[in-house]
Amino acid sequence: MAEAFKFELVSPEKLLVSEQVESVVIPGAEGEMTVMAQHAPVMTTIKPGVVTIKTAGGKEERFVVFGGFADILPSGCTLLAESATHVNDIDRADLARRIQEAKEDAADAKDDESRSKAEQFLSQLTTLEGALLPA
Amino acid sequence: MASLKDLRNRIASVKATQKITKAMQMVAAAKLRRAQEAAEAARPYSERMGAVLANITQAIGGGGDAPALMTGTGRDDVHLLIVCTAERGLCGGFNSQIARLARDHIRRLLADGKQVKIICVGKKGYDILRRDYASMILERVDLREVKTLGFVNADAIARKVIHLFNEGGFDICTLFYSQFKSVISQIPTAQQIIPAAAAGSTAPEATSGGNAVYEYEPEPGEILSDLIPRNIAVQIFRALLENAAGEMGAKMSAMDNATRNAGDMINKLSITYNRQRQAQITKELIEIISGAEAL
Repeated sequence: MAEAFKFELVSPEKLLVSEQVESVVIPGAEGEMTVMAQHAPVMTTIKPGVVTIKTAGGKEERFVVFGGFADILPSGCTLLAESATHVNDIDRADLARRIQEAKEDAADAKDDESRSKAEQFLSQLTTLEGALLPA
Repeated sequence: MASLKDLRNRIASVKATQKITKAMQMVAAAKLRRAQEAAEAARPYSERMGAVLANITQAIGGGGDAPALMTGTGRDDVHLLIVCTAERGLCGGFNSQIARLARDHIRRLLADGKQVKIICVGKKGYDILRRDYASMILERVDLREVKTLGFVNADAIARKVIHLFNEGGFDICTLFYSQFKSVISQIPTAQQIIPAAAAGSTAPEATSGGNAVYEYEPEPGEILSDLIPRNIAVQIFRALLENAAGEMGAKMSAMDNATRNAGDMINKLSITYNRQRQAQITKELIEIISGAEAL
């Protein structure tokens, strides 16, 4: 069995998870990554996606996060999410609203840079929606 | 001298008032607990955010690629004040304390020949500041409809502020709110959020040897430019939460005072009422007896 490490998932409203885990899959801005114990120190921003936690007890839990960043140290991992929800509690209407807002942002964008940023965010959101809600 | 009937009415109305203040006190106590819990739940995030921020600024070492939100524009001509107050009154000196601090600050800035812009969060601060500085108020954020403060509320404010900053609307941004110390003491506080008053950014470059420790994905500068706006939102969120807890604390003690005051008043009025009633009875008795003696 793999070594366990401390993982914390924090949103501005509260501390969602704080426990010993075996591995965590983080939707990093530059690609998904799996964090295990003794990981080299990395700091990364995250994109909207699903965080999969495998606890020391062997249980698997999934959370949906909308942006944020992760602070990874050999001794533990802290994920600061802008907003995080357990997959079971995800509100479809909320997700749809976010997508709608992202669409508006993309349409309102004044220059190319902000438009491409908004469109990127939008595509991340739609991918997430596709992954969560099989049509 | 008020008649017996007047006194009776008076006592009844004070009693009704006492009931209301008592109820408000209990409601405030319940809300205070919730607000305190929310403030406590938000603490881990802001603490870790602070730690990560300090870490990353150290990595960048105050280099030229730090975003403007952090270093500022290099001027201090235009000041933006975000004044956070409560939406409702009846909470003692809570709102006026914050407004007074802000007003003193504004006077000082104006005396120095600076330009001042104000964003009011909460109705009460707006009402107070509108009297003297209506022309400076850019916007008024209304949170009355908001039942439970969420991060989205703070984020919306932060976005406005950052947007304004990017347009060159101001140079320095200061946040006014009330720090929640305890139920009976809230300290009005001014906190500069733009440029971020992080000590790390001015730290000597000698620490840059520690850079190799962290791997950044994407580049530190990019992470930082993502982080700083978020940090501003977090600070505003924290201020709003502290304010919410402080408001309820202030309201609780104000209503406690009012309830006690009403109790005193009822006692005094009851004594006057009883005395007067007794005097009237005595007078009537004297009239009967002297009438009987006259026969």
